[in-house]
Amino acid sequence: MKALDLYSLTLHEIRDKIRSGEICSKEVLDSVYNRIENLDDKIGAYLTLAKDKAYEAAESVDKRIAEGEKLGDLAGIPMAIKDNISTNGIRTTCASKMLENYVPPFDAHVCEKLKAAGAILIGKTNLDEFAMGSSTENSALKTTRNPWDLERVPGGSSGGSAAAVAADEAFFSLGSDTGGSIRQPASLCGVVGFKPTYGAVSRYGLVAYGSSFDQIGPFTKDVEDCAIVLNHLYGHDERDSTSLAVEHGDFTEALNKDIKGMKIGLPKEYFEEGIDPDVKKIVLDGVKILEGLGAHVEEISLPYSKYALPVYYIAASAEASSNLARFDGVRYGYRAKEYDSLEEMYINSRSEGFGDEVKLRIMLGTYTLSSGYYDAYYNKALKVRRLIKQEFEKAFEKYDIIISPTSPTTAFKIGERTDDQLAMYMSDICTVPVNIAGIPAISLPCGFSKGLPVGMQIMSKALGEASIIKAAHAFERNTDFSKKKPTL
Amino acid sequence: MIEKNELQYVASLARLKLREEDEEKVREKFSMVLDYVGMLNELDIEDVEPLISINEVSNVMREDEIRESMSRETLLANAPDKMYGCIKVSKIIE
Repeated sequence: MKALDLYSLTLHEIRDKIRSGEICSKEVLDSVYNRIENLDDKIGAYLTLAKDKAYEAAESVDKRIAEGEKLGDLAGIPMAIKDNISTNGIRTTCASKMLENYVPPFDAHVCEKLKAAGAILIGKTNLDEFAMGSSTENSALKTTRNPWDLERVPGGSSGGSAAAVAADEAFFSLGSDTGGSIRQPASLCGVVGFKPTYGAVSRYGLVAYGSSFDQIGPFTKDVEDCAIVLNHLYGHDERDSTSLAVEHGDFTEALNKDIKGMKIGLPKEYFEEGIDPDVKKIVLDGVKILEGLGAHVEEISLPYSKYALPVYYIAASAEASSNLARFDGVRYGYRAKEYDSLEEMYINSRSEGFGDEVKLRIMLGTYTLSSGYYDAYYNKALKVRRLIKQEFEKAFEKYDIIISPTSPTTAFKIGERTDDQLAMYMSDICTVPVNIAGIPAISLPCGFSKGLPVGMQIMSKALGEASIIKAAHAFERNTDFSKKKPTL
Repeated sequence: MIEKNELQYVASLARLKLREEDEEKVREKFSMVLDYVGMLNELDIEDVEPLISINEVSNVMREDEIRESMSRETLLANAPDKMYGCIKVSKIIE
């Protein structure tokens, strides 16, 4: 293999080559940056590249290896990070005019951990402004295209991170998932995406959207890589008061396991109206493969799931209206040029700095929290949230995992849903319940419909990640969907 | 559909100003979402406790220790306007 073609390998393949001394980290970096230079004008995955810092880091990794130091799985591996995760000294825009020139003076917890493990940040990826959206079209800074069809969206909100991995412009990337923002773009771009149990990964340094839903997680080229990256993301952090103080095991121990006797629930509500018939068929064919490997499959019912989207749009918007109050043009971020008073400075800075979808959600949240409407909307949503969570807990008493489509359709055309608010929101109909319940889930490539990737969602109870990895890896070992690449 | 003055009031609470040409479109989208989330009214949930914290934890405490904080220079680096080592805003007292 030519050194410049290294970009097409998986994380674990690159790791093995670096470990054996066959290649050095700098060569891997050359290959990926060369790929980005040749391709990213077409894809538009990246908002910022961090070349100088990346080469410095690669040099240091190579030096440590030359000196005989034994480094971990991620040493020297180039990665991309969604641009709502704070990176010390590298601008973090949230794809918003509000933060276009903001440079964080600190690293998010996940960045500290990955840097310490020797992973190399190559750049920051595009997203829907402040992670609000399902197509990355709400970015105020750039259009990102789906590597499988450049006329189509990559999904969202972590569209840049999904597209970067799908187009071999990074070996893995980080996204954030509030209502499906990792899994849905992973599905649309044909890569593996994982949303951890709420509280398993620290949110310190993630620009907050819906704090009771937000979790950071990885995009990878296969399930083995996913397990490796999860090992480096999980862990307690006292700077996030919702961070769980639990020991997580080694997720790679769930690889290469037999799934005989595993109990799988198929919730009928997730295969009904609104789900494209092709997507349904492909996911069910995937389930048959797991059944063929010895898993027991039964149809189940989760009737409260249909209320997940309304709960989400009330609760997440309410949290957003509170979280985004900090952007007032005073301490950092965009400040309007014209105003006559301090209050007008706040109003003009916010009105000019935020995009339409962000303003809409702030107003919705303000409305549902305002006096007279709190009980009718916000409090009601929290009650239904409990019902949805309990319904999942009950199902997981009987089943190890629950499987559904990740997205009701494959990637849609750019512009197709921008004027239809509800059609866009429906993109997350299968993924939102997972965030409502705080449970983990993966999206895994499981087939193609008219040349576009289809994703299968596998969910488990809170902290049941090992069951998900076990089933997903068994599926991947017996199929070749994860190995398929777009023609670019 | 939400009344025009009600929407303007909500915007003012959120310190936002709607452009006149956008007002109708925003009213429409806002009302569409409100109608949709009204679906929750089908449910009888009088006796259900609201779920406030997903992992049902509260008041996570730590020792109040003195720690190093970031330098003034670092903290002011992103400020849109500054003077004498402080963030500068327009005058608020006569």
